[in-house]
Amino acid sequence: MHAVRTQSTLKWTVHLSVLFLVALWIFPTTGLFVSSFRTVDQISSGGWWASMLSAEQNLVVRAAKPSSQVQDGNLYVIEGDLFAADKGMVISAWGISSKAIGAYKPNQFAELRKGGRITVTADGHFRMVNSEPFIGSRGQRIFFTAQVPPEFTLANYHEMLFDSSNIDGMAGAFLATMTVTVPATIIPILIAAFAAYALAWMRFPGRAMLIAVVVGLLVVPLQLALIPLLKLHMNIGIGKGYIGVWLAHTGFGLPLAIYLLRNYMAGLPRDIIENARVDGATEFQIFTRIILPLSYPALASFAIFQFLWTWNDLLVAKVFLIDATGQTIVMTAKIVELLGTYGGNWEILATSAFVSIAVPLAVFFTLQKYLVRGLLAGSVK
Amino acid sequence: MHPSVQGIVTIVVGITTCVTYFYVSNWVLDHVLFPAKGPKTGRNINRANMVRPWLFLAPALAALGLYLAYPIVETLYLSLTERLPGNEYRWAGLDNYRQMLDDPKFSEALVNNLLWLLVVPAFSTAFGLLAAQLTDRIGWGNIAKSIIFMPMAISFVGASVIWKLVYDAKPAGEAQIGVLNALYVGITHNDPQTWLTIMPWNSFLLMVVLIWIQTGFAMVILSAALRGIPEETIEAAVVDGANPFQIFFKIKVPQIIPTILVVWTTITVTVLKVFDIVFAMTNGQWETQVLANYMFDKLFRANDWGVGSAAAMVIMLLVTPILFLNIRNARREID
Repeated sequence: MHAVRTQSTLKWTVHLSVLFLVALWIFPTTGLFVSSFRTVDQISSGGWWASMLSAEQNLVVRAAKPSSQVQDGNLYVIEGDLFAADKGMVISAWGISSKAIGAYKPNQFAELRKGGRITVTADGHFRMVNSEPFIGSRGQRIFFTAQVPPEFTLANYHEMLFDSSNIDGMAGAFLATMTVTVPATIIPILIAAFAAYALAWMRFPGRAMLIAVVVGLLVVPLQLALIPLLKLHMNIGIGKGYIGVWLAHTGFGLPLAIYLLRNYMAGLPRDIIENARVDGATEFQIFTRIILPLSYPALASFAIFQFLWTWNDLLVAKVFLIDATGQTIVMTAKIVELLGTYGGNWEILATSAFVSIAVPLAVFFTLQKYLVRGLLAGSVK
Repeated sequence: MHPSVQGIVTIVVGITTCVTYFYVSNWVLDHVLFPAKGPKTGRNINRANMVRPWLFLAPALAALGLYLAYPIVETLYLSLTERLPGNEYRWAGLDNYRQMLDDPKFSEALVNNLLWLLVVPAFSTAFGLLAAQLTDRIGWGNIAKSIIFMPMAISFVGASVIWKLVYDAKPAGEAQIGVLNALYVGITHNDPQTWLTIMPWNSFLLMVVLIWIQTGFAMVILSAALRGIPEETIEAAVVDGANPFQIFFKIKVPQIIPTILVVWTTITVTVLKVFDIVFAMTNGQWETQVLANYMFDKLFRANDWGVGSAAAMVIMLLVTPILFLNIRNARREID
């Protein structure tokens, strides 16, 4: 009995600990995600975690202008609604002076300073009554405290992606990132695959040393390459631009590509290759017809790594791509720029960050299997 | 030409060039240089097979040499020279290194980097091990794993924005939208803090971002290692009456020490290269500088290639032990 009870306590502890860990891990991302669907006012009115519940907000609205008054018997009346009925807001208190914004309950009457009385109902209908005509050109200010139900909007995304008048929009940067990523992912694969095949299945002097060199280059910080390569690109006339960034990403991605693919190819069954050789297939045929199709999982793993890495990269793009015109700015660099200019405008920051995060996350959740395989094969054991 | 069109053209040209190169060079080798017919058939086949690996390797070796090997030498050279106006270089010996050592920002970066090197791998590995062990035992473990692994897909810049919101501070009296300040104000009733400016804790708050990202990596690798442990060893321990904690710490962990080391060293390398987080969140202000960002500062803001390259060499030097360790391990595995 006792053992059973400890077992089930342990089980519950495990479930709760994992739940806690998962909550801790997803909480920060959720915060940014939720914030990207809120308006400026909502974001500053309170933490995003409260956005799922209705929140109490203090608002101020101007009533209709005196020019809209109508005569009802011998009374002059101004009527209207403080907010649209479908908003579902409920007023708990209201007032007509900024010094006492919650002086009255719904349906109570307040004396207006310039004569007459006003009342506001809980659903936002107000009615001002006076025995003489209302004068002045501006409407009466009405302060009210209301329970505002949760509300989310796509306006931020619309503004950051599709509003062509917004100079801080992300559409251009999105295209630039795309333009960097696709060639930088595809080009290294082929180069690496041939090299990996040679290192896995051909016998030649110096093979072991070359594998060691590739393993060594895996950890060389690319920081070392920045200035020498930028100098080189300037000297041979590539300068800063897409060609330069594609070449750089290709070079930096090759060690991992060769290493991953070699490990995978070396694990393919020897018989297949030997049989093909006996049957008179050339090495080129063996490679293109047998090895390449069989290595598809490893190719996919590397492609995902390289895609995530180039999509998320900031340093290589800053050094080899983005020039003074800023035409080719990628999303990561754009976000850093926005962090500098709009440090506190979370509707802009959250939305632009999520535009850039969305694609890798989609890739991650659909192709996670290959990513895990690649990690397991790619970490030097 | 629009860049995206240029991109497609580049893909097509790149792939066609590659395929053509491999096809043509192999064809020339087999049909022109060493044809597998006539009186010298045997010798020709052998010779062709000696040359072929190098045909397959040539493009990769050229790219690796140019983009990774040559820059190491060039950076070393740059770190020992001074750039003069008009693209001239003057031998400076160790002057750049001396100048760097005298720079208080450099020692700050070095100290911070050493802290990063201790804290980030330790916590990432520990959390990863914990997550791996716990999620392996429950039904919804794979979903939990996905969520903990997810930050790996998020860019360092994206993660910086995510965590900046967590650390956000509004003036006292206003509603706090950063969860850290909301908790802090709610519990202590003190004024909210601008966390990223408070030394020395701000460095640790930046490390949290990387730990958050790297834990998933550690978890995936360690989870596979835990599953690879032979069942008999665990069963034997259960029979002997070991409790779950003893099984974990005395039976499981000792068996996966090599994998833990791999995870640790891999994260160490990541830490040394990490630049984006500091660049995006504090840009090295308030004593949060690290080597990678210091180097970027020198190279591209101060335009001081000598000291910048010297800083890059320091990063290289710190990576070197791991480089040799990896090579040794890889050789052992291949042989």
